[in-house]
Amino acid sequence: MISHETLIYENSFPVEGGTFKNAGRISTRVKALLKEMKLPREIVRRAAVISYEAEINICSYAERGKIVLRVTPKFVTIEAIDEGRGIADIELAMKEGYSTATDKIRSMGFGAGMGLSNMRNFSDTFRIISEVDKGTRLKMIIFIDRDHDRV
Amino acid sequence: MKEILDAEVLVGHDRLDLEVTEAGSADLMSDVLVFCKAGSLLLTGLTNPQVIYTADVLDIAAVIMVRGKRPFPETIQLAEKLQIPILTTKYILFETVGRLYTKGIVSCIQKVDETRDIS
Repeated sequence: MISHETLIYENSFPVEGGTFKNAGRISTRVKALLKEMKLPREIVRRAAVISYEAEINICSYAERGKIVLRVTPKFVTIEAIDEGRGIADIELAMKEGYSTATDKIRSMGFGAGMGLSNMRNFSDTFRIISEVDKGTRLKMIIFIDRDHDRV
Repeated sequence: MKEILDAEVLVGHDRLDLEVTEAGSADLMSDVLVFCKAGSLLLTGLTNPQVIYTADVLDIAAVIMVRGKRPFPETIQLAEKLQIPILTTKYILFETVGRLYTKGIVSCIQKVDETRDIS
């Protein structure tokens, strides 16, 4: 349904995997861009949090990846695509508290096993596809005009 | 706030008039991302740049680093760029929370399971 809508903005941001050196840089940029587009503050915040969780995941678990931001008059779409180890059991990975984080990731303040469920909570639609040893694709959509009736 | 916590302002000297009524504390940014509300204070013992990135995406008003923790230079640079105030206090987390609480600062949420309000 999105393809029939006017695309206001589209960009793909590469994310370096396996390091926390710049972890967060892309999401801060995503946030600034959405703010410039004069989207409602709450929409900007939700999109920024989703992008950040996805970015941290790529930095933590993947070799490399990208975050694709698309904005139409009605939706903000964030896709996080990575080439990494993938997720064997998605249902388990979605469970709050479940994590495969290393001590290094935890020492940076992440890896509590809340990321995927938090992304689902902050988005209106959430889709995850993953293949072991290939990578993971997340697609999250925020409805701009339905901010207030979201459950 | 600076006086209550005997804190040193590291970033944001020009924004000390900021009004804050709510706060949250955690050393795990993963948890902060779940519960911290816009406009609240973040109390943490973590000092890396990801604290500032986390504060930025969540619209957090200011970061207070507890237990005398001092941020890395790159954390300070980032906070200046993103205009997020950083204060550091020698009080431990529990004492910091107690001092703020008695001055009327409340939790940004009380219990995690009672609401999924993400505003």
